[in-house]
Amino acid sequence: MEKIKGLRCRECGRASPAAPHHVCEFCFGPLEVDYHYENLQRIVTRARIEAGPPSIWRYKDLLPIDGEVTLGHHVGFTPIIRSRNLAEEWGLKELWVKNDSVCHPTWSFKDRVVSVAVIKAREFGFDTVACASTGNLANSVAAHAAEARLRSYIFIPADLEQGKIVGTLIYNPTLVAVEGNYDEVNRLCSEVADKYRWAFVNISIRPFYSEGSKTYGFEIFEQLGWRAPKHIVIPCAGGSLLAKVWKALKEWKALGLIEDAGTRIHAAQALGCGPIVTAIKHKTDVLVPVRPNTIAKSLAIGNPADGYYAVKAVKESGGWAEHASDEEVLEGMELLARTEGIFTETAGGVTVAATKKLIEQGIIPRDESVVLSITGMGAKTQEALSGRLPETMTIRPSLAAFDQALAEWKTKHYIN
Amino acid sequence: MAKMRVYLTFPTDLIQVPVIYHLGKDFNIVTNIRRADVTPTYGWVALELEGTDEDLRRGIAWLREKGVKVDPIERDVVLP
Repeated sequence: MEKIKGLRCRECGRASPAAPHHVCEFCFGPLEVDYHYENLQRIVTRARIEAGPPSIWRYKDLLPIDGEVTLGHHVGFTPIIRSRNLAEEWGLKELWVKNDSVCHPTWSFKDRVVSVAVIKAREFGFDTVACASTGNLANSVAAHAAEARLRSYIFIPADLEQGKIVGTLIYNPTLVAVEGNYDEVNRLCSEVADKYRWAFVNISIRPFYSEGSKTYGFEIFEQLGWRAPKHIVIPCAGGSLLAKVWKALKEWKALGLIEDAGTRIHAAQALGCGPIVTAIKHKTDVLVPVRPNTIAKSLAIGNPADGYYAVKAVKESGGWAEHASDEEVLEGMELLARTEGIFTETAGGVTVAATKKLIEQGIIPRDESVVLSITGMGAKTQEALSGRLPETMTIRPSLAAFDQALAEWKTKHYIN
Repeated sequence: MAKMRVYLTFPTDLIQVPVIYHLGKDFNIVTNIRRADVTPTYGWVALELEGTDEDLRRGIAWLREKGVKVDPIERDVVLP
């Protein structure tokens, strides 16, 4: 069965062959993968999906892979957790946490997009993959390239934190530390992607890469018992995840896999880098680029490539958006850990904080189902919590010392 | 001759300045507008530029000096 029709420009609608291009030659609009939905309609069923592996590849029919899955076999199908404690704290009837902080192998939703991109890079015959990143994407491209036995070039700003460098270098890529400000690194990598015949995952093969994000939505709908929730709150960096979850919802409704539940998609961004949320709040399509200034570094994209499409998706769905200050981000991380036992990165703190505000404003009614999108692991952004964590009870190795310390602790912390 | 694809973003005070005209006249850069959206307060243009490496470098430096934001057509390329 032929499933991929080709690429289609999101702006002018012109069709082009499925090739490693990301920009329409005519209008410079972004390209998107288009499918033969009439063929998919005949074969994609709930039973067929349920018979698939416990990974994103159970949705392979709706991903732009032609051949077999050759790597990343365990990516995705992360838990969706019914929240009791946080739901109670917020007075919500039905709250779920879709937890990609445990996504295999590099603990963020980026494994979904990168595994699709690297398989596609192999299908196109590339021997080298590349990306420009400051964190999660770098980790994931280096890891998947290692598994694929492809060469990888990862470009980073030279002043990146040691933790992120180690989390990439362990996979043995060629790590290129670029000495320059953000704009210079940005421009250089765009030129490198143009000049070298490498599969730059978020540039030259972006249309294929970004399709992997749909699986985050598919999993939510399947894991909720083949239904869409009333609200999904999604953190935005480039805006692609949000736009693709909206695409996932539309695809499944069109294929008859789920009913229309009137799902509203809400965007969450940090106050120090929130061009998508600002555009939604100002009720405009025009995204004004910003210079990021936030601790939520995994969302710090000032000029988001898919920002316009994220704004459009939120509007179409009838959703809304909220910013979170750095302090609110940290409180959000602590709240999720304290109530649900989930340690998310700063981006997750943004989602928690934004959701709280949307509930308080009455935009998310307390009697409707809500999914919180947790997209990355807290251990990667430990610095953000420096100086905020509870003190440690330190004692000598004797029962008497523990007894005494415990008594003092209880007094100090008002514990019975 | 080299080609470049860029987004130019104009702040309000430059909306009425013919900067694309100056790219051609003062820097010998051939410009070709592919898409654009200009309002009274803000505007962007998706533009193809063609010229020598040196003319392109000088032209883009001049744009930045004027306060025009020049980005790759992919917008932010360095992802978190």
